[in-house]
Amino acid sequence: MTTTTAPRAPLIGSSPKRKEDGRFITGTGRYTDDINMPGQLHAAFVRSPYAHAKIRSIDSSAALAMPGIHAVITGEELKAAGVNPLPPGWLHPGIQIAEFWPLAVGQVSHVGNAVAAVLADSPALARDAADAVVVDYDEQPAVAEGVDALKPGAPQVHEKIPGNVVFRWALGDADATDTAMQGARSIVRQHLTNQRLIANAIEPRASLANYDVAADEVTLYVTSQNPHVHRLIMGAFVLGLPEHKFRVIAPDVGGGFGSKIFIYPEECVVAWASKSLGRPVKWTATRSEAFVSDAQGRDHDTHVEMAFDEGGKIVALRVRTVANLGAYLTLFAPAVPTYLYGTVMSGPYNIPAIHVEVTAAYTNTTPVDAYRGAGRPEATYALERTMDVAAHQLGIDGAELRRRNLIPKDAFPFQTAVALQYDSGNYEPALDRALAMIDYPQLRAEQAEGRTKGKYLGIGLSTYIEACGLAPSHVVGSLGAQAGLYESGVVRVHPTGKVTVLTGSHAHGQGHETTFAQIVAHELGCGIDDVEVVHGDTGRVPFGMGTYGSRSGAVGGAALFSAAQKVKEKGRKIAAHLLEAAPEDVDFADGSYFVKGSPGTSKAFGEIALAAYLAHNIPADMEPGLEATTFFNPANFVFPFGTHVAVVEVDVETGSVQLIRYVAVDDFGNVINPMIVDGQLHGGITQGASQALWEGAQYDSNGQLLTGSMMNYALPKAEFLPMFETDRTVTPSPVNPLGVKGAGEAGTIASTAAVANAVIDALAPFGITHLDMPLTPSKIWEAVNAARGGN
Amino acid sequence: MAEINFTVNGRAHEVEVEARTLLVHLLRDTLHLTGTHVGCDTSQCGSCTVLLNGRGVKSCTVLAVQADGAEVTTIEGIGSRGALHPLQEAFRQEHGLQCGFCTPGMIMSSIDLLAGNANPSEAEIRHALDGNLCRCTGYHNIVKAVQHAARAMAGGASAIGSE
Repeated sequence: MTTTTAPRAPLIGSSPKRKEDGRFITGTGRYTDDINMPGQLHAAFVRSPYAHAKIRSIDSSAALAMPGIHAVITGEELKAAGVNPLPPGWLHPGIQIAEFWPLAVGQVSHVGNAVAAVLADSPALARDAADAVVVDYDEQPAVAEGVDALKPGAPQVHEKIPGNVVFRWALGDADATDTAMQGARSIVRQHLTNQRLIANAIEPRASLANYDVAADEVTLYVTSQNPHVHRLIMGAFVLGLPEHKFRVIAPDVGGGFGSKIFIYPEECVVAWASKSLGRPVKWTATRSEAFVSDAQGRDHDTHVEMAFDEGGKIVALRVRTVANLGAYLTLFAPAVPTYLYGTVMSGPYNIPAIHVEVTAAYTNTTPVDAYRGAGRPEATYALERTMDVAAHQLGIDGAELRRRNLIPKDAFPFQTAVALQYDSGNYEPALDRALAMIDYPQLRAEQAEGRTKGKYLGIGLSTYIEACGLAPSHVVGSLGAQAGLYESGVVRVHPTGKVTVLTGSHAHGQGHETTFAQIVAHELGCGIDDVEVVHGDTGRVPFGMGTYGSRSGAVGGAALFSAAQKVKEKGRKIAAHLLEAAPEDVDFADGSYFVKGSPGTSKAFGEIALAAYLAHNIPADMEPGLEATTFFNPANFVFPFGTHVAVVEVDVETGSVQLIRYVAVDDFGNVINPMIVDGQLHGGITQGASQALWEGAQYDSNGQLLTGSMMNYALPKAEFLPMFETDRTVTPSPVNPLGVKGAGEAGTIASTAAVANAVIDALAPFGITHLDMPLTPSKIWEAVNAARGGN
Repeated sequence: MAEINFTVNGRAHEVEVEARTLLVHLLRDTLHLTGTHVGCDTSQCGSCTVLLNGRGVKSCTVLAVQADGAEVTTIEGIGSRGALHPLQEAFRQEHGLQCGFCTPGMIMSSIDLLAGNANPSEAEIRHALDGNLCRCTGYHNIVKAVQHAARAMAGGASAIGSE
């Protein structure tokens, strides 16, 4: 039988234009805020202006007296009604969980903490009345930095959690690492921070809930990357709504980057209020609210020690990190600085001994959770920045030092010192290709020449791996995940041969409606316009885990591939029956079943579909219909890798940096739609480069967010960026039948270190070996000025 | 309340608005033209860009009453699925969008650019889109889409807003 062979041409590996674009380019996309319901009320939230305070009292009387106001809801009221705190979804031994109420109960722990909700006839009336709710706060001392929160005598974020320690976590062999360090020729030490970022998906979060009295069912439209997870957590843990009476729809969603994974207070309040008041209730965040209430990303303070032998080979790596998790634990928060961080600390390198220690701290800041890459960019930055410091210190070219330490291609499967087993890889060709594309020797010559004329070019490398395609359920379960990370897929063939595909993945820019249609159409021999992909609706799609961790192609796509195989196999049996042949003698190609060696004796796929539903003439032991479901549970992560090279020019008189070239060579295994994969990479590179150069959330020591709008939080603009130069190597993943790996986060994982390394490389003539990000003009100018003996 | 008369996508409207109403809210909430999006509250993101008397404006920064007597064009008014504007077609051809949220504003700003500069350089395109933020694409394919549209329009494709 040949129908299970791995796909090649024509649809997989080609770049048809996106099926979803038609609605987006004509303004007919349907985002949550575009949806309205008759009789809907609008919610506005009263938020804490303080980073830490006790709530003495809340006086809603003035607000309730205003026109068009229907209710003011407080945390005490929700608690009395049986609403529970929002739970984290990943637990470590000894983890200390602070109660995260949908509306504050007794105290507020960060600026923007929701305190009360006002429901009114219009958004403007709700906002006016929210401003009239009087909250009597008793301000308490606050702490904003993770390192500060762990110091003796630091303000206590939560009374019941001494020392502000969320958990202490370690991975690797401490003794082996100590021993190897002692025997090493040289040890390179670097302290670095990975600053806090704010995701800023351009669509603000929104929710709209409607309670259908007749059906006793709540329907919630919400900006979610994973509607079933929303339904499960909100229904079973927070609100006590039974799953069969609670439908969650994530319609078109305008970007997520992790920030729309989590279950947030506002949508819990909206859903509860709708049922409580018997009216549709809607809320859409302002951007100002997004800055203080969307979960933020990164925020590590890290010490790295990298030990080398006399040949420039790494013999040991020790990493100690303080992770600032903010005021409360959102869904994935405990996993991000641990199992998504320490486990990739070996990078693409053969490092015999590694030990990673992480202390997670509560602070009086907005919660921190997964942001594009989630842990893996932090690890890659720590490793790759330190590699460059080491190259400088050891007097070895950075490209050469990396090459000496890459895991050789004949060493796979490779067991790292930090739990993961890399199943496949071939790292050196990607490094070679990237260096060739940039013309590395020539560029180094230009750099040397430029320096003699006051022109400061910098060249930065990042060789990376990532572990994505989250995730093998048994593995993550043993590590504390409270759910497995499989994905569902349904291929439903209609009597006419048209196909509806249901996926538990959720697209918010990734183009699943096209790539998933390509997979199924390729398998069934039809066109992509004959396949409709349905996602984002718990009322239509089987339970699924959603989209994050670069998992949709490798897990969700694999589920659909498998379901399509089942459909094809059933079709083969029907075809054999109709063609009066043995099933093993029937083959499938180009949308038709035919008897082997007799291509004229055939049945088109559409004929088989019709036969399956008419059911007049199918095998006696067969059920009618043509539909299959797969829950695909991957056996391992997938491991994309590659080499990125950034070239910058630094104007040392002003400190300004221009990113002038960016080369990326990545290995995503087989690629379903190269156009879409390139697009993912472009966006990912930009977000990572932006961390290196521009973005950074700044809190003052009282926990006030100083970068609370797009006016003072620097998002990348078109003018800041060059065109990107991309290429690929292809090493198929063995863990899924498509041989694909995730591509959504790789750009971000690789690019921060590449760009930061390029800037520091440009500043080498001034003896500068490290600066913390973002590498803003003022920071660079000050460092150069200090190096020149200025003050 | 104030009464305003204006034209949106060629259709005359007479509406009563609260004086503080922003044009974007009038378009979205009263006229149900939800293709124009709101992505920020400080006039940075450009998702709400529309044409006001042929020039690109951020409709979150225009009071509805300021549009009295004006002609407004939104993303819904430049083309349809069966008859796309060259910029709409170019964004699709060049994969100039991912989540689609910034896209209407990007397209409207690009119309404004090409109306004044039919053959912009890469640098001019990047500069012209300074007021429009995209978090998905890294702008690479947006720049290519504008270049693509400029070529197509030079070749005779029709363009609204080019007068």
